[in-house]
Amino acid sequence: MLLRDNKEKIIKGFFTSTGIFVLVILLGIFVFLLINGIRIIGNINLIDFFFSSNWNPAGYYGASWGILSMIVGTIFVTAGALIFAIPLGLACSVYLAEIAKPKARETIKPIIEMIAGIPSVVLGLIGMLFLSPLIAHIFGLSNGLNALTASIIVGIMVLPTIISISEDVLTSLPKEFREASLALGATKWQTIRMVLIPAAASGIFASLMLGLGRAIGETMAVLMVAGNSIAMPHSFFDSVRPITANIAIEIKEVVRGSLHYEALFAIGTILFFMTFIVNFISDWIIQKQVRKYKW
Amino acid sequence: MKTSLVVLIIVGIFVIGGIFLLGSGNGGPTGNVVADGKDVSGKTSTAKPSGSIEIKGSDTIVELVSNLAEAYEKTNPNVRLSVTGGGSGTGIASLINGEIDIADASRPIKDEEKKEAADKGIGSYEFSIARDMLSVIVHDGNPVKALTTEQVAKIYKGEITNWKDVGGKDEKITLYGRQSTSGTYVFFMEHILKGDYSKEMKNMEGNQAILDAVRQDESGIGYVGIGYIVDDSGNKVDGIEVLKVNGISALEFDKINQYAVSRPLYQYFAELPKEGTAEYDFLMFELGEDGQNIVEKTGFVKLTNIDRGRNIALLR
Repeated sequence: MLLRDNKEKIIKGFFTSTGIFVLVILLGIFVFLLINGIRIIGNINLIDFFFSSNWNPAGYYGASWGILSMIVGTIFVTAGALIFAIPLGLACSVYLAEIAKPKARETIKPIIEMIAGIPSVVLGLIGMLFLSPLIAHIFGLSNGLNALTASIIVGIMVLPTIISISEDVLTSLPKEFREASLALGATKWQTIRMVLIPAAASGIFASLMLGLGRAIGETMAVLMVAGNSIAMPHSFFDSVRPITANIAIEIKEVVRGSLHYEALFAIGTILFFMTFIVNFISDWIIQKQVRKYKW
Repeated sequence: MKTSLVVLIIVGIFVIGGIFLLGSGNGGPTGNVVADGKDVSGKTSTAKPSGSIEIKGSDTIVELVSNLAEAYEKTNPNVRLSVTGGGSGTGIASLINGEIDIADASRPIKDEEKKEAADKGIGSYEFSIARDMLSVIVHDGNPVKALTTEQVAKIYKGEITNWKDVGGKDEKITLYGRQSTSGTYVFFMEHILKGDYSKEMKNMEGNQAILDAVRQDESGIGYVGIGYIVDDSGNKVDGIEVLKVNGISALEFDKINQYAVSRPLYQYFAELPKEGTAEYDFLMFELGEDGQNIVEKTGFVKLTNIDRGRNIALLR
């Protein structure tokens, strides 16, 4: 009896510890970023840091540290990616869940999920050699290394997340929802629009937020197609340098412990906070939604 | 339950502690490479040296140094060389961090970098191994064929933004340049611009990326090392035009002494190479006739007599 009790305890302890372990890793990463990043306080004017768009650690007249244009660049690419991916992803998931024949669904869904497996550097290469000349041609620009190209490439990356999860949520809705709606005389489109999508809203929202998180953090493909100018972007046709690209470019040249090194950790911490806030808000909204639609 | 919690907390402390160790070890985890290098220099005194040399740095000369290393390894199979790019700043940072033996650089080391290295007990012995005529390139459909250094500087500083101001079409100029990790970026800034780059400049990953971008962009202007604009048989690559700067094109090798953007290409050694070490032997090969022939074949220009004199003075 005692033996069994102990065994039970050990197993319980193991599972609890794995849960806490993940928490510890997250905390460790956060503390590491913060400790390295916080040292800029006192060495860099924080008002300039957040509100100046002049980032030039190797400047001719000395270093300047303003990250505003990078934050705006990140927002441009992320927003652009979602504008591209949300309508496409939603429509595609509705098609798969409600309209496609089972056979079509079984073929198309794995293919879409395969997009998620393409390494981002390959998508970056396609963006650089194919999409960016195409964008330049369509819009009559001299080159296509801009926020729009980066947005589309990142949008393609987040599509599988959005489609796959939204489709799962839509198919998991109880059959009665559809039957009741159709029995009341609603058309299929009305059923989708007014019954199914609202009912699945929380899951769909979760998929969008996951996509958003991925879009903010994407580095390689963005680095290859965004042009990386440090100037403040004014439109999607301007070249941008998102935070991720800047870290990837400059971390290679910094000497450990230098001010530049610490500044890169500081912007890394800001990136961490951005994704953290996105996840936090999405969690909060999902919790609220779940309470509203208990299915 | 209580005991398991205690275990958990201990595990947590170890994990956080480990992460801190990783973060705070200034150059700590990379000490091995340097130690290996010392072993090599300590025990070999016979004719054929052996060992491994880690080289990293300038993207401009990564192909040249790879060619040199390959040729050297053929006659010295006991020496293993690894050559990687990433930019001069990257190479010098790695040298300071104690990760490599030799840093390639297309710009001279900065005073603060020299100081940082000295503070960590690492040397930065400078040898020039070749010369570059940094070339300014445009799309081959661009009617502009020549610029002065002042015009190039104004274009890159963002003071001239339209091709019509320098005798071309009425079209906005698109600037292509390297990233701040690049020695070419710094050299160009300090010797041509003498000021900050325009913020509109697109920062490309390497010489080849600039070349490819200018090829596609009629409004583009870029700068690349001479090694990138001549092919194996010494002809100019297609799709681009090499501008004359102050009347001389980078393709006119014999006029290197008058060319405005000619520069030595460096290697920085963590230790002063001593006779009998693999580093010394490799350096001698690079500076010797065979090495300099490879320099020319890869598209760069052989060292001048002044460069040679400086190298020899340092070795003594």
